[in-house]
Amino acid sequence: MKELVIVSGKGGTGKTSISAALASLSPQKVMVDCDVDAANFHLISSAVIKHTYEFKAGFEPYVDENLCTQCAICTNLCRFGAISAGVMNALNCEGCGVCAFNCPEHAITMQEKHAGQWFVSDTRFGQLIHAELGLSIENSGKLVSKVRQEAKKIATANHLPLIITDGPPGIGCPAIAALSGASLALAVVEPSLSSMHDLERLIELVYHFKLPIMVCINKSTLHKENTKEIIAWCNSKAIPIAGKLPYSDAFRTAVQSGKTVMEIDNEDVKEEMIKLWKNLAKRLDIPADLSKIDLLKQKLNPFR
Amino acid sequence: MLISIASGKGGTGKTTLALLLAAADPTVTLIDCDVEEPNCHLFLKPMWHEQAENVTVMMPLMNTDLCNGCGACSSVCLFNAIAISGGKALLFDELCHSCGGCILACQHNAISEEKKPIGTIATGASAIRPGIRLLNGTLHIGTPSSVPLIKAIKQKISQLSGDMLLDCPPGTSCSMVTAVKNSDFCILVTEPTPFGRHDLELAMNITRLLHIPTGVVINKSDEDIGDRTIEDFCQSREIAVIAKIPHSLSFAKQYAAGLIPDDFKSIASNIWEQLHARRRREV
Repeated sequence: MKELVIVSGKGGTGKTSISAALASLSPQKVMVDCDVDAANFHLISSAVIKHTYEFKAGFEPYVDENLCTQCAICTNLCRFGAISAGVMNALNCEGCGVCAFNCPEHAITMQEKHAGQWFVSDTRFGQLIHAELGLSIENSGKLVSKVRQEAKKIATANHLPLIITDGPPGIGCPAIAALSGASLALAVVEPSLSSMHDLERLIELVYHFKLPIMVCINKSTLHKENTKEIIAWCNSKAIPIAGKLPYSDAFRTAVQSGKTVMEIDNEDVKEEMIKLWKNLAKRLDIPADLSKIDLLKQKLNPFR
Repeated sequence: MLISIASGKGGTGKTTLALLLAAADPTVTLIDCDVEEPNCHLFLKPMWHEQAENVTVMMPLMNTDLCNGCGACSSVCLFNAIAISGGKALLFDELCHSCGGCILACQHNAISEEKKPIGTIATGASAIRPGIRLLNGTLHIGTPSSVPLIKAIKQKISQLSGDMLLDCPPGTSCSMVTAVKNSDFCILVTEPTPFGRHDLELAMNITRLLHIPTGVVINKSDEDIGDRTIEDFCQSREIAVIAKIPHSLSFAKQYAAGLIPDDFKSIASNIWEQLHARRRREV
């Protein structure tokens, strides 16, 4: 089983739109939305939630006011300014438990924290695992790992050769959690100075984890000189360009109508998207379309 | 006045708006809190003052001579950052939150602390937009948590005066919350799509939780169904749409090249007027 993770560094370069289009092209797959604090994949794939699961992670302190003597030991030991003589400031709390472990009156207990929900949904393209992080929760990396893990289980149980993962922006803990151990990272870049700068930092992170990477230039016609520069830079680093998508209002129209760009009338984009998918499938060494799988099944079928 | 600019969804135009506002009032300090991917400096081309300041976090340092592998540190670490291996405590520093709990738990004084660099804070003045000062946080690549760096930035700016614009990271998780916290006003930038609308709601939930007065800017406005959906939603939450920035290909092209176009200067000035009027009302 292979896992393709779509990332970008900079937000808004088109990760979700491209992930959804690839999902519509790929014959057999399960999808994961790893942007757990601003998930959007379900909006474009007409997801119907089948199962909802609670996500618990980390701990939060509870103070027993009857036992607390307001000695302020907790206040002095807490490095996050989250507790003042037995009164919590939950927004600052990181759940370390220093207050609880060092309270002489044992007035503080640590309880497991409700940190969000995750879902298994049916979509037009197959099953989708997605999540919603709780308000102001810091366990986004853990929730990312959780949805990826569940997707792997589903892919294994259903003999699906591919997981398509819509990644989070940035290069911090959610991005690290989405990338670690993936088969291939696809970095979506647009020909803007910001996006190119962010790509360089992202690639450094990907190198850090020794992952294979390909680049897709989105909105490539927006600024042709910058597009050339990206290609030259990728060539100099021996990073293959998997695809080049033109700037097109089709992306916006698609999102507006809850569709993928493959379902919108725009041949240029569709053609390039198919090329992108074929390049990725080749690199991942999986069949690019159903007809090939059927052919394979026929060959393998002893009763044909 | 500390104005935070956040969004929920990435790429809606936080940095764009921050730059437009700074260009319209070049006495401000722009603070780039998107430390994973800071971009403001690409447009302002600052002359940096002196050397960037290193930001560090405290990491436990195990003295293997004194450690007898009793496991007291490991048992109080709720982040599972310490394991006992070969009769000694072993730290996984990417999981550590620097809470100091292990040091308090160790009965053998086997744990001390050392500084670990996580990023830098640089300050400078824009070379191409005189008057604009920039404070820029950059997270070291491979560092999982940006929160301590953002906290260090917030600490530093608490000593500054004058109007400050804070360019926040995307999303609604801990890094965004840390950046937005304690600002006087938060501008949420959205785009008129279902994605923008969905993530705007999540971001509004955060500013409501933090009791921060909030306004919305619709970027890439289409004066059509998309805009109306956002406007209706904002109305239902009693949050004002303070500006609309039109969808413009020529603007996008200039911006891609690293320029701050003057096209929407009057929109930015109008936002400032609203912010100042708001402050006068509060005073």
